[in-house]
Amino acid sequence: MNKETNAILVDPLHLKNPITLHVLGICSALAVTTKMETAVVMSLALTFVLVLSNISISLLRNKIPGSIRIITQLAIIASLVIVADQVMKAYIFDVSKQLSVFVGLIITNCIVMGRAEAFAMGNPPLKSAIDGFANSMGYAIVLLLVGFFRELLGSGKIFGITIMESVNNGGWYFPNGLMVLAPGAFFLIGLMIWLQRTLTPEMQEEEN
Amino acid sequence: MEFSNKYIVCFALALCLICSATVSSLAVVLKDKQEANKLLDKQMNVLRVAQLIETDEEPNPEKVTRIFEDIEVLTFDQATGNPVEIRNVWKFNPLKNSKTDEGGVDASDPRAKRVAIKRMPKTLLAYRVKTAGKECLVLPIYGNGLWSLLLGFLAIELDTSKVVGITFYEHLETPGLGGEIDNPNWKALWPGKLCFDEDGNPAVEVVKQGAVKNPATQVDGISGATITSKAVGNLVQLWLGDTGYGPFLRQQRGAQR
Repeated sequence: MNKETNAILVDPLHLKNPITLHVLGICSALAVTTKMETAVVMSLALTFVLVLSNISISLLRNKIPGSIRIITQLAIIASLVIVADQVMKAYIFDVSKQLSVFVGLIITNCIVMGRAEAFAMGNPPLKSAIDGFANSMGYAIVLLLVGFFRELLGSGKIFGITIMESVNNGGWYFPNGLMVLAPGAFFLIGLMIWLQRTLTPEMQEEEN
Repeated sequence: MEFSNKYIVCFALALCLICSATVSSLAVVLKDKQEANKLLDKQMNVLRVAQLIETDEEPNPEKVTRIFEDIEVLTFDQATGNPVEIRNVWKFNPLKNSKTDEGGVDASDPRAKRVAIKRMPKTLLAYRVKTAGKECLVLPIYGNGLWSLLLGFLAIELDTSKVVGITFYEHLETPGLGGEIDNPNWKALWPGKLCFDEDGNPAVEVVKQGAVKNPATQVDGISGATITSKAVGNLVQLWLGDTGYGPFLRQQRGAQR
């Protein structure tokens, strides 16, 4: 693997992470991370959409007229999202019920449009596919981390398996109510960004 | 790169055609499977509240269909309790129907206001479970809690004397607080409560946490979820009342004696 592909694959995981650096895709990161299970499924759905949208847009990149490129990207992304949504409703109904509107909202997830516009429009299909995959993984890492802490602290469980028995069920753990609400995810993502920027000073913006 | 207007229009048309063809053919192919899932989900909830299956049991279509052979779906007129023919009972939705002119009436019960329901359905639906030892009536119930519409089922004995169980399969209450109406420990407080008092008025109610004086009819509320608990109590009373399943249940009582 040459250096460039390597960078495309690894950067979005850490240094160019779509959530913690670009701060994109926050809406779904807040909404679907109360449980690990929904976070995993959401990440998979986004991976599917992002990889395929990057490939198809990259294949068409020399054919897409500049004046209607955004709406073209949107049409392709929207079709892919509907495909993902329909398949989930048919095969994993339970989870799709929990994710409800958020699968549909992948359409407006800025990561997908952002990658299409910033990368796939100017790069060949294979590279775009790798870029889409890497960015999905960057998204997935953050979602899973947030989901892990929210499910553990918010309901004392991991993947629905009880780790800390909650008071309501006769155990000792008093669940942290903040973690099950959307603001809990804000705090966690904020802390992650803080930690990440402290560890890698080159991510910090220059002070004026 | 410059493109002619003709090219742009053709490109847009072609793109739209391809995208819509893909999406619609997929929707058609998967439709049966999705409908089956929705039906299974609904049936699973009926079975859960009637305690015919364990709460966390995985859906198993064959088993559900087998159990459902012992379940009769009843559709009837709200005011009289007399049976009404409905062509496809699994697609019949009293809640949706109540919003139309012919399917519903403006709610008159003051309890309807407390759970923010404006219209009550004219035609209702219930399930009669005939499995030996588990006979009961399962009544769909709904009403608004703090944030959202609570959709659920109330199961009561065939002679309508006592509650068999309650469940909410769809709601958006705060997890950990109002969302605890899902908690099996709280739902376990319901079975055995008396549905009606001697005069035939709804008796079972939800009271403030720790304020249960009459354990025969009162259910302990959830701490930290006063509004949701109250809403559950109110909507149960509403549906057991005269503008809900009242007339139908009176008929059932008569038939049992």
